[in-house]
Amino acid sequence: MPTRREFLVKSSAFAGASLLASLPAGAQTVNGASVLVANTLPEPAGLAAGSTPANPTNVVSSNLFDGLITYDENFRPVPQLARSWTESADRRAITFKLRDDVKWHDGTPFTSADVQYSIMEVSKKVHPIARPTFAQIVAVDTPDPHTAVFRLAQPSPVIWAYLDTSSAFIFPKHLYAGTDPLTNPYNAKPVGTGAFVFKEWNRGNYIRLVKNPDYWDKGKPRVDELIFRIIPDASARSVALQNGTVQYAPLTPVSLIEARRLEQNPNLIVDSKGWRSNAPMFFMDFNLRQKRFQDVRVRRAIAHAINTKQLAQAVFYGFATPATGPVPSYQKNFYTADTPQYPYDPARAEALLDEAGLHRDASGVRLRFNHLNHTYGEDYQRAGMFIQQQLKRIGVEVTLVNYDLPTYLRKVFTEHDFDTMSAFYAAFADPQIGVIRRYWSKNIIAGAAWSNGSGYTSAEMDTVIETIQSEQDPQRRTDAIHQLQVIAQRDLPSINLGELKFFRIYAKRLENVNTTPIGVYASLDDVAFGAASAT
Amino acid sequence: MSMAPRSPAKRRRPWPYPLRRVCQALPLVVVIAITNFFWLRLAPGDLADVIAGEAGAATPEFMAELRRQFGTDQPLALQFVAYLKRLVHLDLGWSFRYNESVLHLILDRLPATALLLVSALLLALLIGCAAGTLAAVSRWRAVDIAVSVLATLGFATPLFWLGLMLMVLFSAHLHWLPSGGMATLGVDTHGWARVRDIAAHMAMPVFCLAAYYLAIYARLMRASVLEIVGHDFVRTARAKGASRFRTVVSHVVPNALLPIVTMTALQFGTLFSGSVAIETVFSWPGLGQLSLDAVSSRDLNLLLGILFVSSLLVLAVNLITDLVYGWFDPRIEVQR
Repeated sequence: MPTRREFLVKSSAFAGASLLASLPAGAQTVNGASVLVANTLPEPAGLAAGSTPANPTNVVSSNLFDGLITYDENFRPVPQLARSWTESADRRAITFKLRDDVKWHDGTPFTSADVQYSIMEVSKKVHPIARPTFAQIVAVDTPDPHTAVFRLAQPSPVIWAYLDTSSAFIFPKHLYAGTDPLTNPYNAKPVGTGAFVFKEWNRGNYIRLVKNPDYWDKGKPRVDELIFRIIPDASARSVALQNGTVQYAPLTPVSLIEARRLEQNPNLIVDSKGWRSNAPMFFMDFNLRQKRFQDVRVRRAIAHAINTKQLAQAVFYGFATPATGPVPSYQKNFYTADTPQYPYDPARAEALLDEAGLHRDASGVRLRFNHLNHTYGEDYQRAGMFIQQQLKRIGVEVTLVNYDLPTYLRKVFTEHDFDTMSAFYAAFADPQIGVIRRYWSKNIIAGAAWSNGSGYTSAEMDTVIETIQSEQDPQRRTDAIHQLQVIAQRDLPSINLGELKFFRIYAKRLENVNTTPIGVYASLDDVAFGAASAT
Repeated sequence: MSMAPRSPAKRRRPWPYPLRRVCQALPLVVVIAITNFFWLRLAPGDLADVIAGEAGAATPEFMAELRRQFGTDQPLALQFVAYLKRLVHLDLGWSFRYNESVLHLILDRLPATALLLVSALLLALLIGCAAGTLAAVSRWRAVDIAVSVLATLGFATPLFWLGLMLMVLFSAHLHWLPSGGMATLGVDTHGWARVRDIAAHMAMPVFCLAAYYLAIYARLMRASVLEIVGHDFVRTARAKGASRFRTVVSHVVPNALLPIVTMTALQFGTLFSGSVAIETVFSWPGLGQLSLDAVSSRDLNLLLGILFVSSLLVLAVNLITDLVYGWFDPRIEVQR
């Protein structure tokens, strides 16, 4: 193949001196158009968050699709597709007045029919989180094209925490009605209402969005193109951020230790604030189907033996703070510190194990069990090693098991073939969405990922959880949420180890990056390049 | 090879050699396809688990709906029959992970991988053979030692590590080369500008991939040349008055190349797997990355498709090699 050889010779000739010109650190303008290069990982399976509910999709999808509302710094609703809203006196009807100047990217007007279809036909039917969250919604009425009324069986305050585009996703009814929303081809070439229009998805490589010239929020977006690059290797992502070829990487793009290093880089910002509504909580579950873990003294002993402060510092490099319960402490509306605590105290732990009849055998071991490490990378494997070391001191021998994600899910949630495991669950903006699933006996569902994996069953806890779901009085509901934390800490089916601080990394010269609690899930419509700093 | 036919009269004209080889390869392809089907199912968990895992939550209805779509709720025997049916029609199926036909996904990625593989292989072949020959015939021992040391280094360095180090040096510090991907994004370049752009993106991954194979070729070529140099015909050539250079180029090298051809064919398969690491490190949008994705997301259809296509590729390369032997060395009869 002479052409190939020719090509090769030329390529090596060019390789040395190539592209010095076209490779400035941060190619933010190309041929006069401003291009923002972001990263999502891993490569999403689809681009519409309503049918592919996963973080890599969310960060792309929010630029293509607006939600009914979005949230401000204090997690109060802010108008987006809905101009305004009112709640009826009995709080069983929520009326949204929709914008009348919004068009789908294909030119079709956006109307209340889209809202009705999305909530009733998709969210309530196939969305794994919206389905339980919207349980009380019985109908969405559409008295006119720009009014949508949510009818509730009974008041359900949790809905207000789940209405932005990453949650109550609005589909274009004219492209989805009558199809299977999970396999609709438009999931891969989405037609949205958002600030950017889908242009091209070169799989394994990049997703390209361009400015929506007809966007209702005039003046936005502030860049002409938005590209999401797929970079599978963490070190390569780090290099891309450092040399400026990627300017925005929302999904904890590098390892924790690397992030600590990048914090020193004057051109980059490492930020955890945008992850607050996701609120990841790291914990260790016991398989309560096993008799030896049914004694609460054993579980408490293990809790006493793990130094969560050290875990946060040594394992998570400070990207975590010790947790005192299942609700993250920064969710002030819901959090209570007034719960049973198990401070680090190996002597107390040993005493508890003695009490439970687990004495050291000839080789000094009281108890042996395995521990399935969380599968999301080496940071979690290190957490497992830390736990292993700590428990060794009190005579508990832990065998660590590392699976890949599908195997892990199968072992824990379908086959229940594990002794202990660790994982993080998003607590989300309201405990009803993310916390109760860990403790509710009705959420022990074989085959459902991230359900109640420990198998914890308590009538008392179930009553409290059902109160949280149905209580109309906000104060009484908050009381029930506090009570949940107390019972969770008392019964300890699961040891809350740390409030994780996920982070995103972006170039310092980006202006107006959304830093509200839903920051990582928010659109980049307001982001622009500021005066170029030294690179 | 040289056995005389027993009764020339009975001898029918055999099918052309390539055709015969293809027919022999067919059962092999079928066995590979069937083994893959059952073997891949041994991994615990399925695509529905992965999707639910990524969603961060799942309801049983959601899982059941996913499995119904994927067809994995059907009995295994039925799934197998469906798979065979599809295979007979040369339909590789649908990737539910990507919402795209498997064939389309593979064809999309094949050029990128081919570009990387072929460039790396050619580079490794050219430089490796030259270096090996030089080391063998050089009068200076230093050249021989230098080539051998470099070859050992290249052979022993892990590919991904070399890739990362190159990236740190040339992208992060010197800003000479792009750190990954196949082309600069957001620019529509054409003609020479595009070739230059892709070449710049190719430089590091190709070099990495080539470094390892180059080392092998250099060592192999050195040994092979040393062996040939001792033969009578080489001495004869020299005695006839052929220059040293001419002897090496026209007499030694062609004869020494044969083991290289064998090796190249064998390595085509391994090169494919080597490209998984390189493609991941350099975000090269090729088949290696796609297969890694397919494994970690348990996208069975896609994985089966990739394995099937790559087994075809390897078989094809082996066939071509057999034919090339004959061309390189007419003493080897392809007919039998």
